[in-house]
Amino acid sequence: MSARIPRRRDPAKLFLGGHLWLVYIFLYVPILVLMALSFNDLGLPTAWGGFSLKWYSELAQNDAVLRAALNTVIVAVISTILATLLGTLLAFGVERRQRRSNSMEALLFAPMIIPDIVLAIALLSFFTTLNFTLGLHSIILSHVVFNIAFVCAVVRTRLRNFDFSIVEASIDLGAGEVTTFRRVTLPAIFPGVLAGGLLAFTLSVDEFIIAYFTAGAGQGSTTLPMQIYSMIRFGVTPEINAMATIVMLVSFTLVFISQRIDRKAISQ
Amino acid sequence: MYQRLRTFLFVGPGLAWLMFFMVVPCLLIFLYSFFERGVYGGIVYNFTFENFDRAFDPLYLAILLKSAKIAGLATLIALLIAYPAAYAIARAPAQRQPVYLFLVMLPFWSNYLIRTYAWIVMLNREGLINRALLDFGLVGEALPLLYNEASVVTGLVYNYVPFVILAIYSSISRLNPEIAEASEDLGAPSYKTFLRVILPLTLPGIAAGAVFVFVLSIGNFITPDLLGGGRVQMVGNLIYDQFLEARDWPFGSALSLILIGVMMCLLFAQAVAVNRSAEGTR
Repeated sequence: MSARIPRRRDPAKLFLGGHLWLVYIFLYVPILVLMALSFNDLGLPTAWGGFSLKWYSELAQNDAVLRAALNTVIVAVISTILATLLGTLLAFGVERRQRRSNSMEALLFAPMIIPDIVLAIALLSFFTTLNFTLGLHSIILSHVVFNIAFVCAVVRTRLRNFDFSIVEASIDLGAGEVTTFRRVTLPAIFPGVLAGGLLAFTLSVDEFIIAYFTAGAGQGSTTLPMQIYSMIRFGVTPEINAMATIVMLVSFTLVFISQRIDRKAISQ
Repeated sequence: MYQRLRTFLFVGPGLAWLMFFMVVPCLLIFLYSFFERGVYGGIVYNFTFENFDRAFDPLYLAILLKSAKIAGLATLIALLIAYPAAYAIARAPAQRQPVYLFLVMLPFWSNYLIRTYAWIVMLNREGLINRALLDFGLVGEALPLLYNEASVVTGLVYNYVPFVILAIYSSISRLNPEIAEASEDLGAPSYKTFLRVILPLTLPGIAAGAVFVFVLSIGNFITPDLLGGGRVQMVGNLIYDQFLEARDWPFGSALSLILIGVMMCLLFAQAVAVNRSAEGTR
């Protein structure tokens, strides 16, 4: 390295740096304000009444919220398991084929870009036409649709660097297709599968519109985002700040975990 | 033959799921849009183009155009915010870039409803921004910052700008720095290097980010619903109303098809832009 040359202050560089700071302020101030308000005893955005965990304890006693949280976990866990299984197999099958088929690519891309509201009404129409009873199970079936696409996309990026000849070698040596997948392929792409699964879980926990349309009329299948929506829409109580803080911290933790997995996978 | 069977073993289940729970429902919507609505909200199976006719009725056309306008504004502002930010990150020391990007993407991973709600808190009559303006004596009384088109655009930009930064960053970081150096060595002033060399070469990233924001904005339901407070209606809200309130499923289906049509055109345009610039660098 050469010695530090005293650089002249480049105005373009100053502008870029300053701009980036403003972007971070723009991105984080609303979130941090919300988190701070969740500890405000008064529960008002206008005045600070001292630090308090009051809203958290009220939240812990709100049965509707707890029920919704449980429903969300049920939906997210089951739809993640199904989507990770189907999406991983799909990714492997598609990447192993030599030919690229445009209709296949379009089909795998579609769930990621169709507006939520369109997929929501399509599924509602579909279930209604079949006289299918709506509930948590129909939310799960629907969430698997977009989750398959995202898991598949994540796993496929891992498979780009995967050497398919070891699969052929394993089969030539007498291992069956299933054994080969379980013992050879899966361990190699496992970080990708895990990252895809985490992404699916996060998406499912956050998803609102499709769940709202496919949940049916009963109160029993309200998920957390649906609960948050009705709390925002019909009477804002300070409890929502506490809930928002918890939900954000959970999401951020999940992101941190998936980042760790990612980094480990890269260093391997 | 065996090869085919093997592929099917892996691809089959997932494909079947997408067929059954995505393609078939979407085809159903497609069919619905050509039928009549029943008196009590059902579907009457008489073939008609009336639903599409109605969508271009001045009343509904205005909503479509307003959605496009709001989405367009959100896209433009997001690009103006994202480009310099992505550029700044790409110019930072290599080991710091992942951290900067991570900090940009982190809010993107939290719940959409909550991120939108945060802006209700910010823009409220008693919200932080009004509070600050009043305290500094910049305004005499609280401004009506919420429940208008500007607040909807703000919400959309806030929610989608991280992705635009990511898309543009990946384009800039792929750029060979020697190209810009060559341009400057040949005597081009830096603004010209930027406009004539860097900007065109990062067009794929700009196009990807722009299409992303526009597509997600024009079909958005939550942001106009919460930040528009019922006063700003976009296509997403209109489709929602047709299905859950007016019970006119055929009309709601026709609107959905139009939305998908607009989206497909944009994705096609993006693909063309990417192809062109790929040819340009060859």
